[in-house]
Amino acid sequence: MAIQYISGKEPHAREKRLIFKNIDRVGFTPSIDSFLEDGGYEQLKVALKMEKSAIINEVKASGLRGRGGAGFPTGVKWGFIPPTNTKPVYIICNADESEPGTFKDRYILHQDPHQLLEGMIIACFAVNAKLGYIYIREEFPQAAIIVEKAIAEARAKGFLGKDILGSGFDCELYVHRGAGAYICGEETGLIESLEGKRPYPRIKPPYFPAALGLYMSPTIVNNVESLCHVKHIIQMGGAEYAKLGTPNNTGTRILCVSGDVQKPGYYEVEVGKVTMGEVIDVLCGGMKPGRKLKAIIPGGSSSKVLRADEKFKLKDGREIGIMDIPMDFDTMAACGSMAGSGGVIIMDDSRSMTWVINNLNNFYAHESCGQCTPCREGSLWMKKISDRIVSGEASPDDVDSLESVANQIEGKTICAFGEACSWPTQSFIKKFRDEMKGDCKPELVGEIVSDEGKVAAAGLAA
Amino acid sequence: MALAIPAELESKIDEVITHYPVSKRSAVLPLLHLMQHQFRFISDEIVNWVAAKLSLEPIQVLEVVTFYPGFRQTAPGKYHIRVCRTLSCAMAGSYELMDSLCQAAKIDRSHVDHHHPIAVSEDGKYSIEFAECLASCGFGPVCMVEDDFFEKVEPAKAGELLARYSA
Repeated sequence: MAIQYISGKEPHAREKRLIFKNIDRVGFTPSIDSFLEDGGYEQLKVALKMEKSAIINEVKASGLRGRGGAGFPTGVKWGFIPPTNTKPVYIICNADESEPGTFKDRYILHQDPHQLLEGMIIACFAVNAKLGYIYIREEFPQAAIIVEKAIAEARAKGFLGKDILGSGFDCELYVHRGAGAYICGEETGLIESLEGKRPYPRIKPPYFPAALGLYMSPTIVNNVESLCHVKHIIQMGGAEYAKLGTPNNTGTRILCVSGDVQKPGYYEVEVGKVTMGEVIDVLCGGMKPGRKLKAIIPGGSSSKVLRADEKFKLKDGREIGIMDIPMDFDTMAACGSMAGSGGVIIMDDSRSMTWVINNLNNFYAHESCGQCTPCREGSLWMKKISDRIVSGEASPDDVDSLESVANQIEGKTICAFGEACSWPTQSFIKKFRDEMKGDCKPELVGEIVSDEGKVAAAGLAA
Repeated sequence: MALAIPAELESKIDEVITHYPVSKRSAVLPLLHLMQHQFRFISDEIVNWVAAKLSLEPIQVLEVVTFYPGFRQTAPGKYHIRVCRTLSCAMAGSYELMDSLCQAAKIDRSHVDHHHPIAVSEDGKYSIEFAECLASCGFGPVCMVEDDFFEKVEPAKAGELLARYSA
């Protein structure tokens, strides 16, 4: 029987719905009955009869790359647990979805929580984790209730708890709610948070979670979407799954498109099988009437901005324009940005780039955890300087100061937040320097325009 | 005055602590959520109570409360509103939404700053703050009223939204 979707929310013909098969599906509910009717938990039964190493090998063969942001191969990550390990192993599902521009995990948690649980229980079995947590951001209160109910249902049916389906494998999963901090999406920050502390990220090395994670035990942290893929990899087999997408960029992924297009929304596509131009013109129905594309943030707010008229030189020598970029990990990296979390933010010619970067700098200043000085101070300075530019009270020199602050954060922090907060500023200035300088007052060149600057110039301590 | 913890809440708390067999300290966030749900904000008394419950020093709880934006140390209004401030929602009009919600709820945000993000209406019925990315970027502007979530909220209809929370 063909799957029916809610009117107006039907998938586009160019989509390949694997993870989002049941999203907006008529008659499908988050209950376990709905999931079982649809063949749910069958892959768990298959997996429980497999060798643990064989499951990990299938995930490696699938080529699945993490869907949370870094794009690291999931199977390889699982393989990092030291073979000599004797400590308990934990799995944490990162459902702290908070990268601006990203909105996919919410739908899985709300509408198809058992898909996540099945994938996660298979993952637990594969790495021999008997305890796992689903770290759900505080701003998803309904999701926490739905997933807790799903866990209770799964336990009642014997898919969780002691001796799962007679396999001898025990596993418990719990929901753990965050409390509104973006940094908890960083895996070691998340682990600290789960230990009941401030989520200050840990330095790597030595604190690679696969060796020294939760409670200093081996811990695998995977994104919601990544864990859902595990179920489909078992169903299809790793090699068959790897035929989806393009080489080294396998499978499907959910693109979250927001901003100045006619039909923003979520679109699950084979990785690399659609171009940026197709995302905009085909999936999203084009730009708004009378508007032209100006810039794109392709993989969540931390990814470097792409300018509409840029040309990108690829490794094979080809030169392509922005609309020709295939939506995959490797090409996006070759274009100087990243596929990141799949959050694509489209900006048209009505947008001030100064205003955009100021909005993001306010975000990063708010979310820096404050542990490392360059990031704590730098993110705040980037906010203050761009606040000044946007309010028209800055000197053109301030744009250079802003860039210099960003340059002094990148690479000088414990976690990747340092890059996440400096890349937007660096890339916006690199690509829209004239526009940003144009928003400043030329007569202020050489003048000290801020109160802090006056204090510093007078040689007084602030 | 000693904190009065309803028996039902305390049994829920005891149950939640069992989710963390390795370290009770892990239950700090869940306990604070339960307490905030019950008492609307985290007072010093609650910090001390949670610390005692989990055999921690009060500072180990307080440092968590002061870090996470999700925990409040002052009383919000009867209905607490969060408006997404971040890029995609801002492009879709979240600042306009904030203004019209404040106008409709008679809230003055002029004293708001990083450390005091919440503004409360004079009658105490509504409070509001900006939140960072609420993860519904394709359907902005979005906001939350208590635990309810709203997408594509037209600023002009702020009054209609508040009317749903008039009790």
